[in-house]
Amino acid sequence: MADQTLPIGGSLDITPERSERQTLLEWLQAWVVTVDHKRLGILYVVYSIFFLLVAGAEALCIRIQLMIPNNHFVSPETYNELFTMHGTTMVFLVGMPILFGFGNYLVPLMIGARDMAFPRLNAFSFWLTAFGGLLLYYSFIGGFGLYGMGAAPDVGWFAYAPLTTKPFSVGHATDYWALALIVSGFGTLGTAINIIATTLSMRCKGMTLLRMPLFVWLMLVVSALTLITITPLTAAQVMLLIDRYLGGHFFDAQAGGSAIIWIHFFWIFGHPEVYVLVLPVFGVASEIIPVFSRKAIFGYPAMVAASAGIAFVSLGVWAHHMFTVGMTSVGNTFFVLSTMLVGIPTGIKIFNWLATIWGGKVQFRVPMMFCVAFLFQFLIAGLTGIMLSVAPWDWQLHNSYFVIAHFHYVLVGAIIFNIFAAIYYWFPKVTGKMLSETLGKWHFWLFFIGFHMTFDTMHFVGLLGMPRSIYTYEANRGWNHLNMIVSIGAFIQGIAVLVFAFNMMHSLRKGKEAGNDPWDAWTLEWSTPSPPPEYNFATDPEVYSRRPLWDIKHPDDPDWKYE
Amino acid sequence: MSAIPVTPVTQEWTLPSRGRVGMLSLIIGECGIFTIFVVAYIYYIGKSLSGPTPQQVLDIPLFNTICLLSSSVTIWLAERQIERGKIKAFAALWALTMGLGIEFIIGTALEWHKLIYLDGLTVRTNLFGTTFYALVGLHATHVVIGLIGLGLILLFTLTGHVSEQHTERIQVFALYWHFVDAVWVVVFTVVYIVGR
Repeated sequence: MADQTLPIGGSLDITPERSERQTLLEWLQAWVVTVDHKRLGILYVVYSIFFLLVAGAEALCIRIQLMIPNNHFVSPETYNELFTMHGTTMVFLVGMPILFGFGNYLVPLMIGARDMAFPRLNAFSFWLTAFGGLLLYYSFIGGFGLYGMGAAPDVGWFAYAPLTTKPFSVGHATDYWALALIVSGFGTLGTAINIIATTLSMRCKGMTLLRMPLFVWLMLVVSALTLITITPLTAAQVMLLIDRYLGGHFFDAQAGGSAIIWIHFFWIFGHPEVYVLVLPVFGVASEIIPVFSRKAIFGYPAMVAASAGIAFVSLGVWAHHMFTVGMTSVGNTFFVLSTMLVGIPTGIKIFNWLATIWGGKVQFRVPMMFCVAFLFQFLIAGLTGIMLSVAPWDWQLHNSYFVIAHFHYVLVGAIIFNIFAAIYYWFPKVTGKMLSETLGKWHFWLFFIGFHMTFDTMHFVGLLGMPRSIYTYEANRGWNHLNMIVSIGAFIQGIAVLVFAFNMMHSLRKGKEAGNDPWDAWTLEWSTPSPPPEYNFATDPEVYSRRPLWDIKHPDDPDWKYE
Repeated sequence: MSAIPVTPVTQEWTLPSRGRVGMLSLIIGECGIFTIFVVAYIYYIGKSLSGPTPQQVLDIPLFNTICLLSSSVTIWLAERQIERGKIKAFAALWALTMGLGIEFIIGTALEWHKLIYLDGLTVRTNLFGTTFYALVGLHATHVVIGLIGLGLILLFTLTGHVSEQHTERIQVFALYWHFVDAVWVVVFTVVYIVGR
């Protein structure tokens, strides 16, 4: 069953034979001027994995510095640069590009399209994003500026005013930060427009909106959310540059400007941004969990509605980052309640995933292991989120390591875990080779143990009062052992990522042949050869239900009879 | 096993135009940018610590506004002409649209010249200067981008490269121009009526 060539597409492979060795020009042709959504998707993912290693190394430097009290591994100035670059890189150069990379690769394949709606815009978007990353890291060299001070940006990833004003941020580091985010922001905007146009206008015959795979639905919701999320950031960055270069007063308190309005603008972007990152991985989980439970997804329409609901509610919760700013009690109450409201649609999703697993023939392959870990970790992240949404609790723990632990539980425990799941799940489709299951299990368990050592412990350091962004601490605070455990956990995660990187390189050369459909899955991408040819489908597919490959594999009992 | 299952009902299959969807998405994104600038403008009304104030220096640009808004009508008429394949009429109306847009930019340039050299209002002067030039400048930038687009299409039309089959592309571009005009209604209300 699994390796059989299926009749939709693929059966008629008319790709001409390639010569074994490509010339340099051919290689450039294939990877630099390409407009193929699959190659661009791969470029996005490779680019993000590179920056994942860079930002991971930055995190390890932070953890070495905090391992023992009064450490002098890095200087305070370097420490500020490290956490700024770690945060900015992880959000803008790892999280978003890798998820849009998956979207790029998978959305056209899943809806039976030849390519994205605007292939050239797609290439343009990728190279803009790539240039943004280059610009950000060039600040290490070019950030010294006219005054010979500063190197990389050191204002925190949220860059609160007045830290970003000229007197406090001399040199060009902050300008590189702002420009990099504007440039990569336009790239993201281009991709978002492209994904919306693709999902709405490029679906194959029979692929109605309510038959689209949930991953496609989630990418559509995320792209729509991106349109109204990234643009406020772009606007705020333009204002920052007007302040810094033209002498404007947007965030200049001495001329009547307001530092708080920057905080508002930043979190109007910043909070929905969390959902921009987490919603695609919900899509990943919604693809992987049914396949490895051998059951169709439970409550498909509810999942779609919940996704749109999360996106909508997420637009009205930003000021829960600002309880300590000193808003009115009406403002506080509104944002407490709206934040708690997020729990309802996310709760629906968790129950639907559990109900999908319930009674299924669960296969604990590596992608499924990452997804199951995600379910539990995301639940805990949600629970600490509800704790922090209560304003008095937040007053106590604002800017403490409890907050750091909470959002890393989302960003690592949910997002990174699912990104790994996605890579294990779709790597066979992209490369034609299976990733090693043994190494994958090593990767999973090491990462899982390291993750919990680091981020479970971090909650307690936070409850004991350790603030974020501090460079070092005194030995008598009672944080010493806990910080040591956090740092050891970080190194275990680092080793796990190295195992993963080795697995990728090893399996790429020596992995088992995957065949078209190694997981016996149901969405259209598995009907193409692995890797898919440039034209995706030799004949335009036509679908009649949510699980087109199920219909083909089980003509006696197709899904469309029940829809 | 390999047979395609008996088809249920084959339905009509029409999808929205990707150009329109893409342009509408872009417009939604642009709305995000404009919203932030408009919010900043409204938030800082009356918060400048020194003069000049909007009451002292701003005149209502009525002629400019009429020109820009009527360009939305002329571009709509142009769209209808190309639908019917009347390229000459299309070119004339298109050129008229462009002329109205250029008039708007010239008007803005004269206004800014007066503000800078007569009234001494620059980005640096006070919060009003910062927010005014940012918001009106953002809109003017969009008009300039629109004019570049209009100019290119006019060039293609005059060299005979535009025909009836390009109707949809022209209409997609026109959406952008309509958006630029609609935003001016908001900017005009905020800057010249509410803020003054």
